[in-house]
Amino acid sequence: MDNYIIEMNNIRKEFPGVVANDDVTLKLKKGEIHALLGENGAGKSTLMSILFGLYIPDKGEIRKNGEVVNIKNPNDANDLGIGMVHQHFKLVEVFTVLENIILGAEPTKFGFLTTKETRKKVIDLSEKFNLKVDIDAKIEDISVGMQQRVEILKMLYRENEILIFDEPTAVLTPQEIDELMKIMKNLIKEGKSILFISHKLNEIMSVSDRVTVLRKGKGIGTVNVKDTNINQLSEMMVGRKIKGIEKEKNASTGEIILKVEDLVVPSKLHKNNAVNNVSFEVKAGEILCIAGIEGNGQSELVYGLTGLEKISSGKVTLLEKDITHKSIRERNLSGISHIPEDRHKYGLVLDYKLEDNLALKKYFQEGFQNHGFINEDMFRKHSERLIKAYDIRSGRGSTTLARSMSGGNQQKAIIAREIDCDSKLLIAVQPTRGLDVGAIENIHRTLIAERNKNKAVLLVSLELDEVLDISDRILVMYNGKIVAELNPDETSYQEIGLFMIGAKIQDKFKEAEVEESV
Amino acid sequence: MFKIFGSSSAVNKKKQKDKEYAFLASVISILVGLLIAILLLFLLEFAKAESDYSKPLIGMRNYFTYSFTSATTFSKIFYNAAPLMLTGLAVGFAFKAGLFNIGATGQYTFGAFFALIAAILWQFPWWAALLVSIVAGAFWGVIPGIFKAFFNINEVITSIMLNWAGLYLVNLLFYNLPKIHTVLPNRTDNLAFTNPKAILPDFGLNQIFNTSFINIGIIIAIIVAVIIYIVLEKTVFGFEIKSCGLNKNASIYAGIKAKRTIILTMLISGGLAGLGGGIVYLAGTVQYTIESSLLSMGFSGIPVALLAYSHPLAIIATSVFIGFLESSGSGLQGLYSYEMTGVILSVIIYFSAFALIVSHFIKKVLKRKGQSDGDQGDGPVIEAVKPETDKPKEQLETKGVVG
Repeated sequence: MDNYIIEMNNIRKEFPGVVANDDVTLKLKKGEIHALLGENGAGKSTLMSILFGLYIPDKGEIRKNGEVVNIKNPNDANDLGIGMVHQHFKLVEVFTVLENIILGAEPTKFGFLTTKETRKKVIDLSEKFNLKVDIDAKIEDISVGMQQRVEILKMLYRENEILIFDEPTAVLTPQEIDELMKIMKNLIKEGKSILFISHKLNEIMSVSDRVTVLRKGKGIGTVNVKDTNINQLSEMMVGRKIKGIEKEKNASTGEIILKVEDLVVPSKLHKNNAVNNVSFEVKAGEILCIAGIEGNGQSELVYGLTGLEKISSGKVTLLEKDITHKSIRERNLSGISHIPEDRHKYGLVLDYKLEDNLALKKYFQEGFQNHGFINEDMFRKHSERLIKAYDIRSGRGSTTLARSMSGGNQQKAIIAREIDCDSKLLIAVQPTRGLDVGAIENIHRTLIAERNKNKAVLLVSLELDEVLDISDRILVMYNGKIVAELNPDETSYQEIGLFMIGAKIQDKFKEAEVEESV
Repeated sequence: MFKIFGSSSAVNKKKQKDKEYAFLASVISILVGLLIAILLLFLLEFAKAESDYSKPLIGMRNYFTYSFTSATTFSKIFYNAAPLMLTGLAVGFAFKAGLFNIGATGQYTFGAFFALIAAILWQFPWWAALLVSIVAGAFWGVIPGIFKAFFNINEVITSIMLNWAGLYLVNLLFYNLPKIHTVLPNRTDNLAFTNPKAILPDFGLNQIFNTSFINIGIIIAIIVAVIIYIVLEKTVFGFEIKSCGLNKNASIYAGIKAKRTIILTMLISGGLAGLGGGIVYLAGTVQYTIESSLLSMGFSGIPVALLAYSHPLAIIATSVFIGFLESSGSGLQGLYSYEMTGVILSVIIYFSAFALIVSHFIKKVLKRKGQSDGDQGDGPVIEAVKPETDKPKEQLETKGVVG
């Protein structure tokens, strides 16, 4: 009892229509890494937002060191030494690292900013906790991993002792994740206490001391990590046993569905081409995976294929038809389905109803419209059918606004819409990003099922587990070029990693490299 | 900040609630505006040497009863409302596509002037002249649309510039077309003498009620509002427009030609504003005079649209309301100067624009109240959280629980 630094007892929080937290109790010991595990929509973020003062609980109490405290806003939380690294960083892009760290707690002398002492303090902190940051670089110029370290420094600078990490690994590369784990352990050594929100079981097992599991707003229990295992945790989290994906190989690949020749796509960020002379084929009945670290041209490659961005040169052939200069709609209709990487930016019109979103690729077709007038019955019928077939859950069925649906169900809606188009080629870009175990498993099954229906699947993924689990063939992209073609059964995590960071290039891709640099 | 933590909710109930809030917010904003206007008048009296505190009250009473004193004053409500409705629709329609057509006044002026050219110079009948006004307005509206679509130049900037360009172009044309102002040097000829069949029909009602402000303008405007409503809500084109307005990227991704949609939207928006101009100047009650500042009618469309949350049918109501406020201004004459009437009207309209803020405020207050009433919140609880029924799971949980 005495060594709990934070206790959240019997917390209840309702939103209109949803009980986000129902009688949840969470106790954080001093000096531990306490993981908060749960699927998307389980109420993890709500619970942490309550602790951080963003929401006021309807019921329940929060105690710090045994005393009841009243946290009405983030400032109160800060005064109590509670700091949070949000999933989406809250940094000013055009400010330097130092400026971001002191923002809101600027040291002044006669109204003028005095950064000299602060600079030293920040540098000391970064050395003490081994947080490497470039203190005078602007946020927009530094990597995501460093941005996260800046967020951590912000908390340390404010002398917070309770640190909340909201899904900190979602945006990081494997190497950066390892780094973060080390940092977290360091922080504990220095007497900080950490609350770590995640749905990635491996990370929780490797770094945390205890774990509290939430499911559908309810606290399922708190267990010691050393007394449990991944299977038990995932069962607690999902509420049922998770079966691994059985990867049956599809023995026969069919005809060439998509043929890409010397594709060049310009970059919007820099003068060089984002995609540089890329050629490959996708055949019916295979899942071709494009692996690589974010920002190596995968997104632009897909934009080029789907028509979202203009290509500089090259040729794209779909089902022996040249679609290089076709419009997006023509491409869609000739057989491309596209699960976009950013479901809020591209995938959904968030303020449209679910039924409208499900019809987004079909509304103009006969049946959905009649002489230019929308056939609302058809919209509804179509939507009810997909909701049922793909188990899309939402508060009000077809009439739910897409915005109010959970991430997993938004993704289900997109997948339902795209697969329902029955295209020969399915392009899926990071289809499982930010989703929980159950949803990921579901999506993987769907992709494999599509492949087994003799469709061609082009999967772009940053998750190596995913790449190795479900693909039939792997292409690795680095710096806008394909540097390796691998067989998932014969390669390893380490080998792909080397290609991903550009340390290795397969011989057959080297020639192009030489020609290019001349 | 809160959005990040947004959770799912009972959307339809919420939507219904939102609509109620929106209505309530509009009403409250209007009332607050009126209150401030009265306070302003009292303040004015207070500042005077000989204060007469009954004057503001009489003024306000006159203000609200004026429109109901005669057929002329009453019909003026709708006479004013018709062009307001059309410019309101112009602005609201563009809003739906995510565009801010602040150039409605330029398009309105264009429509007005070309309607008169058609009527006087070409001797067109009223309906043909109205069509010309639509075309002229659409032409002036589509230019910012084209710039937006092809060069991604902000439509606000281009349309503001085109407002002035349009006004002076019209003035230039005016001077170079002596045939349309044969009587006075800076005023177009009266339609009653040059081309009576270009005057909007009134079905003899003006004679019966002994006024000149009744015409079918308001009917045309209402029909147009209904058509716009149908286009937006029931057609594929409307689906595309709203989709582009709500999320341009997703619309492009879905294969909608966003550029085409932007251009068409601005074309239609401009046409609506142009029609508004045509309706005013084909009423036969006013003539176009050389203007050196932008006509206010186009700008009045903005509060009309805002107050109605851009909903075409709601625009019918809000334009009649603002039409009423404008025509009632004459009720203050004798007591207050013309400028003061303008101030009062502006205060009310100004506060109307706060409707959105007020609606948030109402939500907050109701929420707080709901909470203190006993944890019910402001929405009903649906069965989003189903009780777990798996028995073995509970055993596992109790086994796993520590401390």
